[in-house]
Amino acid sequence: MTVAALCFYLFATVAVVAGAMVVTARNPVHAVLFLILAFFNAAGLFVLLGAEFLAMALVVVYVGAVAVLFLFVVMMLDVNFQELRAGAARYLVVGGLVGAALLAELFVVVGGMTLGEGAVIGGALPTPPHEVVENTRALGQIMYTNYFILFQIAGLVLLVAMIGAIVLTLRSRPGVRKQKIADQLARTPESAVEVVKVPLGGGAQ
Amino acid sequence: MIIGLGHYLGVAAILFTLGIFGIFLNRRNVIVILMSIELLLLAVNINLVAFSSFNGDLAGQAFAMFILTVAAAEAAIGLAVLVVYFRNRGSIAVEDVSMMKG
Repeated sequence: MTVAALCFYLFATVAVVAGAMVVTARNPVHAVLFLILAFFNAAGLFVLLGAEFLAMALVVVYVGAVAVLFLFVVMMLDVNFQELRAGAARYLVVGGLVGAALLAELFVVVGGMTLGEGAVIGGALPTPPHEVVENTRALGQIMYTNYFILFQIAGLVLLVAMIGAIVLTLRSRPGVRKQKIADQLARTPESAVEVVKVPLGGGAQ
Repeated sequence: MIIGLGHYLGVAAILFTLGIFGIFLNRRNVIVILMSIELLLLAVNINLVAFSSFNGDLAGQAFAMFILTVAAAEAAIGLAVLVVYFRNRGSIAVEDVSMMKG
């Protein structure tokens, strides 16, 4: 058994076990941490497949952003998670049946899948040899040419998501004293400063 | 021992099934449902990258990257909706969402 095969089985096993823990963990904080573990090991699988850039992007996006977002929400909301799990046993049977059926079907379809004799290696956008063009450069070369419009639309999707999240969660609470920059900038010396004549020995009123 | 395309597809199939199972198991807890959806998208990404690698076609990795983008956006919007819902109701039980019906 080669090192690559050993690594594959390690990453695959840990990813699957972590995925199982995500859906069965009692504490949602633990579920988020197991989700991070699953994504780390999926990134390892990507490295084994030669997709280094996607592996790093997965770590940055999921461990750096999405997991923190989940942790933030789980910790910020004061939810009684025990109460939410109350009916879980009822769904266990039907969920298990559906899951088992789905898994069996998926394995029937993909289990013995290999590339056929007539498979066209390289297809539409052939991967350049790894020694000549590394994965990140190759991905960039098609991302900014063939898929430029999709790339722009992906950026637009992220922009809309950002604005949407801000608009959804922003609220104006009454009774909160805030800095009003427009009012501050609108002040003039005439409205802010008063020149008074102080009589000798009298002091300003 | 050669690790072939089928091995990667098998891992992705198990992860996909776990995601579906998680949606069934945690029907009341929206946060875990969102995490299950992330697992489903991860399984799809593994499939795309595996096919891309074994076919020598880089298009799969480009599409995996777009899926990553959409997944991040979806998580952000979903959690924002969740925060607003919790603020209004004081709970995140999914059954109560039916009160939004007209």
